[in-house]
Amino acid sequence: MAPIEQRGYAHPEALVSTDWVEQHLNDPKVRLVESNEDTLLYSSGHVPGAVHVDWTSDLNDQVRRDYITRDGFESLMSKIGATKDTTVVFYGDKNNWWACYAFWVFQLFGHTNAKVMDGGRIKWQKENRPLSRDVPSYPKTQYKASDRSDAPHRAFRDDVMGHLKKQGQLVDVRSPEEYAGTRMHMPDYPNEGALRGGHIPGAKSIPWAKAINADDGTFKTADELKKLYCEDNKLSPKNETIAYCRIGERSSHTWFALKYLLGFDNIRNYDGSWTEWGNLVGVPIEK
Amino acid sequence: MPEKLDRLIDMFQMFDPSDRTDMLLSYADQFKEVPPAIATRPFPESHHVPQCESDAYVWALRQPDDTMKLYFAVENPSGVSAKALAAILDKTLSGLPASEIATVNCDIVEKIFRQNISMGKGMGLMSMVNAVQALARRASQS
Repeated sequence: MAPIEQRGYAHPEALVSTDWVEQHLNDPKVRLVESNEDTLLYSSGHVPGAVHVDWTSDLNDQVRRDYITRDGFESLMSKIGATKDTTVVFYGDKNNWWACYAFWVFQLFGHTNAKVMDGGRIKWQKENRPLSRDVPSYPKTQYKASDRSDAPHRAFRDDVMGHLKKQGQLVDVRSPEEYAGTRMHMPDYPNEGALRGGHIPGAKSIPWAKAINADDGTFKTADELKKLYCEDNKLSPKNETIAYCRIGERSSHTWFALKYLLGFDNIRNYDGSWTEWGNLVGVPIEK
Repeated sequence: MPEKLDRLIDMFQMFDPSDRTDMLLSYADQFKEVPPAIATRPFPESHHVPQCESDAYVWALRQPDDTMKLYFAVENPSGVSAKALAAILDKTLSGLPASEIATVNCDIVEKIFRQNISMGKGMGLMSMVNAVQALARRASQS
């Protein structure tokens, strides 16, 4: 695979290689953050110096279906010893689903000094790079965050409904079976989560995994991504776009690819996704 | 439920989340891959555990004393939970007759893993238990 800076991405600075991460393990300006679906993985060994940010307990409100508030984000950043100048580098399991999700939540609070490690945890492991079970501790910081600003990055159901009426660009990144409505969850997962199957009318089916190379989980080149999204599926980077999946993690991955690698400046992630749309009364659904 | 496994599950039930994580990692560290004398790569598809994202394989071999010995392989380097479960099943079920191993039920996965069970891996881990049960049933009928 070509080096990141030679792949033609719109914002190559948002992606770093495993080599880059290994070279910055002791860089005090860099904070590595591991975010996984598998809750055992971080404890079993992580990139030395990496902190754990759990998508459920650290990023989500513990009562409402929503994200943490400004206070919660400030506490989290203080806990992981990050300042506004800290470069936060995310990586994780499942080809970086939760890393991209955490990256996306950080954008709601305007922490733009953030990157994703290409290929995620599995690439790091397959390259036999060092892992550690030592849980690092960093001096607490005073982090002053802005109020959470959802609008630029996050779509709510009413936004999706308005977008649908305007026949805006919608990307369904779930499996073909979920898109077709024959499953309510991805293959090999419990078949639950919504009362109705199908997809939001007009959504293009572009499963998230098409954006990566199957052998090492790295993102495809800009030319390959353009062919997939812009030529084969007729999406324009200039048009307002909304991506969704089941709960918003797979679509965070596609959101990242479209925004940072292809330069879709006006893209939002609908994190309510199918668990909301497939349970809403009276909304249009296609099969 | 085989007694040794039952006792281990009772112990897991008493753990707080942190102890449970440590214990699962301890079992994962004790995982031993199927020896080359039993199977070598590429492992046969007939031993592949369906629906398991950790890419697990299982074998159940009858021993001279008519008990069974379980063997596992976990191909995904991130398959920590699969390795932990494989070690648990090996340590608690190997050495038992097939008919006794066949009584194991996949609901042990929830009891063992609790908060450490994620959306994706639950199905795969239950599938590992089901694969062991199926092999034991087949062996007990032959």
